[in-house]
Amino acid sequence: MTAPAPILPDGRWRRADSLLWLAAVVAYVAFPTHRVLGSQVIITALFALSLDLVLGYAGIVSLGHAAFFGLGAYTAALLAVHGWGEPISGLACAGVIAAAAGYATSFLVVRGRALAQLMITLGVGLLFLEAATKAAVVTGGVDGLSDVPIWRVAGLFRFDIAGNTAYGYSLVVAFVCFLAIKRIVSSPFGLSLRAIREGARRMPALGAPVGRRLVAAFTIGAGLAGVAGALLAQTTQFVGLDALDFQRSAAVLIMVSLGGTGRLYGAFVGAGLFMLMQDYLARQSPEYWQLWIGLLLVAVVLFARGGVLGGIDAVRARIGRRRSR
Amino acid sequence: MAALLSVLFDGVAYGSLLFVISVGMSVTMGLMSFINLAHGAFAMFGGYLAVVLLRRAGLPFAATLPLVMLALAAAGAVAERGLYRWVSRTRPLDQVLFTIGLAFIATAVATYVWGPNQQNIALPAMLTGQVHLGPVDLGAYRLFLIAVVVVITGALHLLVGRTRFGAQLRAAVDNPHAAAGLGIPVDRVFTVSFALGSGLAGLGGALGIDVLGLDPTFPFKYMVYFLVVVVVGGEGSIVGSAAAAIALGVFDVVGKYYIPGAGGFLIYGLMVGLLLVFPHGLFKART
Repeated sequence: MTAPAPILPDGRWRRADSLLWLAAVVAYVAFPTHRVLGSQVIITALFALSLDLVLGYAGIVSLGHAAFFGLGAYTAALLAVHGWGEPISGLACAGVIAAAAGYATSFLVVRGRALAQLMITLGVGLLFLEAATKAAVVTGGVDGLSDVPIWRVAGLFRFDIAGNTAYGYSLVVAFVCFLAIKRIVSSPFGLSLRAIREGARRMPALGAPVGRRLVAAFTIGAGLAGVAGALLAQTTQFVGLDALDFQRSAAVLIMVSLGGTGRLYGAFVGAGLFMLMQDYLARQSPEYWQLWIGLLLVAVVLFARGGVLGGIDAVRARIGRRRSR
Repeated sequence: MAALLSVLFDGVAYGSLLFVISVGMSVTMGLMSFINLAHGAFAMFGGYLAVVLLRRAGLPFAATLPLVMLALAAAGAVAERGLYRWVSRTRPLDQVLFTIGLAFIATAVATYVWGPNQQNIALPAMLTGQVHLGPVDLGAYRLFLIAVVVVITGALHLLVGRTRFGAQLRAAVDNPHAAAGLGIPVDRVFTVSFALGSGLAGLGGALGIDVLGLDPTFPFKYMVYFLVVVVVGGEGSIVGSAAAAIALGVFDVVGKYYIPGAGGFLIYGLMVGLLLVFPHGLFKART
């Protein structure tokens, strides 16, 4: 089964948690020439984390999550273009606007079954992309918005070409967001989301308002995706239509499934693996990148339903059983 | 008035194509609740096969169509037995990931073999040009499309309504468990309908080269259209799919003609709106 073992989450900080974040800090020192890629991995991981809340915890299959990522990215970039390049308040604005859009669309999404859900999310995503394409006066259309003037972070750190500031800034933001999400999923609210995912029909009998819980989860997921989008726009000082397109929605779905859904770190593992593979394979032969994504997807579904982390859990459970025998 | 009529006519022809391609997807969705986002890949390969047969092998247009349909039906049967069977009883998420994966692979393969450019074919002289019906000019090829689709719909209707296989199919769509309990080989019915649906998709792809275009992004470009036909028409409903496809075709063509600025808004908005009002499709799922 794909679901994690049925133990109650306690939200406690473990050694493994520290290790991952330490690894991110070590990577900054160890690979000084790869900080730009590193910051993109962190941002993508944050985006994947936002989808994990929606997909892995609330069980909503979204094919249009890039809508909120792109909305956040355009919000931050447009603020900067029109004279407010302060990054942290830009992030907050992007998060709030994406969350508002998520809240508005969540009512459409939580109504239907899986098929209707994925079609509505797909439709909403395409509508956002179409809107951005048509509103070329505001969004720059196909050219996007480039050389967006972002001010120094906290008035101190200028965004540089080597990605030093980008890496540190993204890491800090991702860490704060991670703490918030970890707290949310281990709260009674997070538990009720899992319960809804496992058996939505039984939850009303326990007094849980299923629709409202899903709306809340979708809204938070959208807001977080917006923050991730804003981070990308600020650190690259560029935003284009690809922030909103179907490929991005599909890619983030792949990452979460690759890492393992409903376990937070799955998003990091999946995003990391995906981005590194993309970086490597796309450099080898960019035209066959799609072939690799396709094969990867098929392989994940056929052989690794729980993703990488699910596979590790299964192996560990097996070893444990053998020992106890 | 004449302009409106020929735009409507174009829309009907366009919708007919969408119907031929989507009907198989609708039946598999109704039969096994299987979400096959790679369905458009069958149409795309049908199109490419037609291009190869016409250009390389120099076959006449009339001969390529049945060949393409047969070849794609065989490919569908193989894909169903070899690939889809693995995931037919998994969660919707797994089906979505798996079939998107297949669509990506199909796109990459098509790019590798035929390159990223649009393909085009030379239609037989008989099917080019215009047919004058009073004040209205109708494209001969579009007239041909509609005729083909009318024949196919009639054949499907007879197949589903009058044959033993059709009765089994209807029973399996209504309730697969009860049908299996009655001794109906639901698995085989599924394979045959999947093959038939793939063959029709391939035929639609071949017929549509001139209307829908043909390049490696085909499976993704028209995914939304096929999904709208399936969901709006009601999963597993042939009549519903036909009605939904033609309505969609007319809506899209008329929209593009009269409100060109709206672009994709109309179609995506229509999809979201219809799903909100009719979360289970316009027609109840019955073949």
